[in-house]
Amino acid sequence: MDFGLSEEQKLIVETTRAFVENELYLHEREVERTGVLRRELIEELKAKAIAAGLYAANMPADVGGAGLDTVTWLLYEKELGRANYALHWTCVARPSNILLAGTPEQREKYLFPCIRGEKWDCLAMTEPGAGSDLRGMKASAVQDGDDWVLNGTKHFISHADLADFAIVFMASGEEDSPRGKRKKITAFFVDKGTKGFTVRDGYRNVSHRGYTNAILEFDDCRLPASQVLGEVHKGFDVANSWLGATRLQVGATCLGRAERALGHAVEYAAQRQQFGQQIGKFQGVSFKLADMATELKAADLMVFEAGWKYDQGTVTDQDMAMAKLKATEMLAYVADEAIQIHGGMGLMDDLPLERIWRDARVERIWEGTSEIQRHIISRALLRPFGA
Amino acid sequence: MKILVPVKRVVDANVKVRVKADGSAVELANVKMAMNPFDEIAVEEAIRLKEAGKAEEIIVVSIGPQQAQETLRTALAMGADRAILVKTDEQTEPLGVAKVLKGVVEAEQPGLVILGKQAIDDDSNQTGQMLAALLGWAQGTFASKVVLDGDKAKVTREVDGGLQTVELKMPAIVTADLRLNQPRYASLPNIMKAKKKQLDEKTPADYGADVKPRLKIIKTEEPGGRKAGVKVKSVAELVDKLKNEAGVL
Repeated sequence: MDFGLSEEQKLIVETTRAFVENELYLHEREVERTGVLRRELIEELKAKAIAAGLYAANMPADVGGAGLDTVTWLLYEKELGRANYALHWTCVARPSNILLAGTPEQREKYLFPCIRGEKWDCLAMTEPGAGSDLRGMKASAVQDGDDWVLNGTKHFISHADLADFAIVFMASGEEDSPRGKRKKITAFFVDKGTKGFTVRDGYRNVSHRGYTNAILEFDDCRLPASQVLGEVHKGFDVANSWLGATRLQVGATCLGRAERALGHAVEYAAQRQQFGQQIGKFQGVSFKLADMATELKAADLMVFEAGWKYDQGTVTDQDMAMAKLKATEMLAYVADEAIQIHGGMGLMDDLPLERIWRDARVERIWEGTSEIQRHIISRALLRPFGA
Repeated sequence: MKILVPVKRVVDANVKVRVKADGSAVELANVKMAMNPFDEIAVEEAIRLKEAGKAEEIIVVSIGPQQAQETLRTALAMGADRAILVKTDEQTEPLGVAKVLKGVVEAEQPGLVILGKQAIDDDSNQTGQMLAALLGWAQGTFASKVVLDGDKAKVTREVDGGLQTVELKMPAIVTADLRLNQPRYASLPNIMKAKKKQLDEKTPADYGADVKPRLKIIKTEEPGGRKAGVKVKSVAELVDKLKNEAGVL
C-alpha cells in the first residue's frame, strides 16, 4: 500500500488550494450575505479558473480536461470543497461526465462548449413525487412519429437557472421485471428556449447560499430523436456507466470543508483564553479536537481508498456508499463541534463555521440520503445470506 | 535566446517559522516548503518574455537537496522548458550558489539570467550581484519592469525614493522585485505535462564549484515578543518619550 502523493498530485493540491484561498475566499461573504452569485463575478472568476486549467479539470485530456485519475480528481475536489459551494461549483465548473456519452454531434453541441466555459449543463432527475425512488418518476416522454413529446415536472434541479440546457430523465414506457412492472427511462438533451420547456425559480434553502435550485416544467415539449442521450429506454444505463463517482465527489468536498472547520477550531483553541489559560488546555476542548481529527482522517482514508479502487476497477457500490455516508456525517459532526469550541462566536458569520454547519446538512441528503447509502451497504451484507 | 532562472526551495511564506529546540537552526522537519516567492516572479517574467517571442527556451536550475526537484517541477508546470537540479546537502551560501550558477551559465550560454532579488529564508540578497561580478556581466537588480530591445535590456529598478531605469548590455543579470509581475498558477494540464519535461541531475563538482559554507551559525533565536503600546496625549509627550525613553531622537 502506498498512501503517498506523487509530485503532480502535490502540485495539483497546491494550485487548487492557492486558487481557492486567493480567488474564492474573498467573495464568500458577499455570496453568503446576499444569497446571490453575481454574473460579472462568475465571468471574472471563470476566466481565472480557465487560465489556471482548473475549469472542467474532471474531463479527460483528449476533450480538453486535465485528464486526472480518480484519486487526483478527488484531491482537487477536496480543495475546491473548502469554499462556498456556489463559487466553486459555478466558477470552476465540472461539467457532468455524462456529456461524454453523447454522439459526435452532441459532443460538439454540448460537451465542448461546457468544457470551454461557454455553456452550463444541469441534470434533471428528481421530481416532487420521485426522490430516492427515482424509478417512480411521472414525467414522461412519448414517441410521436420521429419526435418525442415530454410532459411533467422536475424539481430541486441545481443551477438550472444558469444552465443553457438540461439533461432530463423521463419515463418512456414500462417493462416487466422479476419484481413486477417497472418504468423504462430515457435521457434527453433539452435546450433552454425549446417550446414547452419552462424553468421556474426553485426554493430558498438552508445550504449552499448562492447555489440555486429550479423547477423544470415540460408541457408538450417536442424534441427530435437526435436529442436522445444514449439509447432509448436505457437512460439509467447511461447514467450508471457515465456519471462516475459522484458520491465520492460529494465525500471529497466534505473533507475539504471539514479540514477548514477543524483548522479554525484548532487555531481558536490555541489562542482563546478563559479561566486564565488557553481553552485548548482544557480536556473538554482538546479531546473534542482529537475526535474531530480522527473522524476526519477516517473519512479521508475511506474516500481515497474508494477512489483508488475506482481507478483499479475494483470499487463496489458499498465502498462508495460507505465513503459518502462517512464523509457527510463526519462533516456534520466536525462542523457542529467546531462551533461548540468557538461558543457564541462560532455562530457569527464573521467566521465560515456557521456556513459550513448549514452546508453540511444537504450533504447527507443529496446524491443519495444517508439512509439510501445504509440500505446499499446492508443489502450487500445480507443478500449473500438470502436475507 | 535562452533564459536561465535559478529557483530556491524555501519554507512556505505562510508557515509560522519556529527555531529548533537546540537553537541550531530553523525547524524544517515536516514543514511545508515552496518556491521562493521572488523566484516565482522571476519564472513568470521569463515565461512572459518567451510568450512575447523574446526567448526560445527557459531553463530553471535549483541548487539544493533532492527535494528541490519538487520546486523545479513547479517551475516546469508554470511553463519552464527544462530543469537542472544541482544536488548538494550542504547549507549553501550566496557565493557558493553564484559559483555553481557561473558554471551553469558557461555550459548553457543563456542571454539573460533572471533571479529573485532575495530568498525569503536567509534574506541575503547577494546571489544575483555576486553572479554578475563572477561573470563580468551587467546587472539590473530590484527590477519592477524589464524591456528587451535587441542586445539591450531596459530595467526599471525600485530604489529608495523612486524608480531608476538602467540600460544593460546583454547578456545580463536581472533580479526580480515584488512588483515585477503577478505569477500565474501552475495549470492542471501543465502540471500533468511537467513530468515529461527534461530534468537533469548534476553536482556542484560537475561545474567545478566549491559550495562548502564559509560561515558558521552560532545561534538561532526567535525575535522577542512585541510589547504592548501606549497612547500619548500630545505631540509634546510623544517627543518627550522618543527622546528620553526610546532614545531615538
